[in-house]
Amino acid sequence: MVKLLEVLYLVSSKVLGGIAEKYGDNRVIRLLFVKFEWVTKKPIFGCQMCGQCILHETGMSCPMGCPKEIRNGPCGGVRTDGSCELDPKMTCVWVTAWENSNKMRVFSHEIEIIQKPLDRRLKGSSAWINQSR
Amino acid sequence: MNMISQLHRTLDSGSFAVTAELTLPDSSEKDELVETALKLSPYCDALNVTDATSAIPHFSSLAAAYILLDNDIEPVMQISARDRNRIAIQGDVLGAHSLGIRNIFCITGDGVTAGDHPDAKPVFDLDSISMLAALNNMDKTGSFMSGRKITPNPRLFLGAAANPFAPPHSYRPHRTIKKWKAGASFFQTQFCFDIGVMKRFSEKLVELSDGNPPPVLVGLGPLKSSKMAKWLRDNIAGVSIPDRIIERMDHYPEKEQAQIGLEISKEAIDDLKSIQGVAGVHIMAYRWEEAVKELVEDSGLSKTNRL
Repeated sequence: MVKLLEVLYLVSSKVLGGIAEKYGDNRVIRLLFVKFEWVTKKPIFGCQMCGQCILHETGMSCPMGCPKEIRNGPCGGVRTDGSCELDPKMTCVWVTAWENSNKMRVFSHEIEIIQKPLDRRLKGSSAWINQSR
Repeated sequence: MNMISQLHRTLDSGSFAVTAELTLPDSSEKDELVETALKLSPYCDALNVTDATSAIPHFSSLAAAYILLDNDIEPVMQISARDRNRIAIQGDVLGAHSLGIRNIFCITGDGVTAGDHPDAKPVFDLDSISMLAALNNMDKTGSFMSGRKITPNPRLFLGAAANPFAPPHSYRPHRTIKKWKAGASFFQTQFCFDIGVMKRFSEKLVELSDGNPPPVLVGLGPLKSSKMAKWLRDNIAGVSIPDRIIERMDHYPEKEQAQIGLEISKEAIDDLKSIQGVAGVHIMAYRWEEAVKELVEDSGLSKTNRL
């Protein structure tokens, strides 16, 4: 599954990144990108539209699903069964991130990257466009 | 190399270091804090002052760190990312530095729902690693995250937490290395009740650091009773206590269990001394200062023994 998502990421970033680079300044295109990103990434990854997508660097597991929004996780509170310290019903997104990263072909080592703090101004905007800027 | 703090010097010397956690009081006066700190300090190289641990407000870590310095005690000041954003953290660190505080311990912090103000707004603007990177940047480049200059720049000895005992176990050494690269110069672990896990973690750290691992102070928590052990295991995030430890305590009547708890910690110290990369212990003995004295003296770790 994660390998398929990895391929999807590679294709979509090429295609959408190309469009974003050319037409990203257009207001209508920007709006369409935001809507499209929301309807595709929300059901698959629980996307919160942080506008700074790092999914491929976190095993295609969205770090914004972490109740502490840790971009460099996991925290030290993960329960022995791998569930979240704050919400025992959910598996820690970083436990999933690490498992998936080990299965990835291209981006396997990117989980080692030190992630910058979020730019809070980008919330609600399209990561595809932001990445092409 | 220029030593930034006493703790830096101790860890650099290769001497087996002892630090302890100072739980901060719920008081608007410093008397209780000083009294507890003075009981611990003869046996420790530094005391760690916590920042609203378990998301419960207590005495401020910055004020406490300054009060320790004023009493000739080396402080390690904790900053949690839960309660302050990047603007507040950077300012606090400059203020702390101006007061003589050099050891800063960066943690993400427990979620607010873990504490007694679950209705509070969690901040988490940074996480422990991005906080380390920001503070390291203040030290190395003399600038804020925005790039604006700081004159003179602070000299900081940055520390961070490691929890080899929580999943995903195989990622924990990698994350510690990530913190090291972000700017942490020493580590403290969560309570260690499983030497085997600690050993495997340390071996991996040695491998990932090409034989030069960062100094790790292993967290020790002497258990007062099997009841306390079960409570810790069930209620404190990230604490793992193997059944064999609890069964061992259960073999004894309740009033003898504290002594068994101390024995377990002493055995742990003996085992830890031989693990490469373990630079010392960090003792967290909540309201049990005598335990720190006994552990240090009986394990041959008194400061005079180590000179």
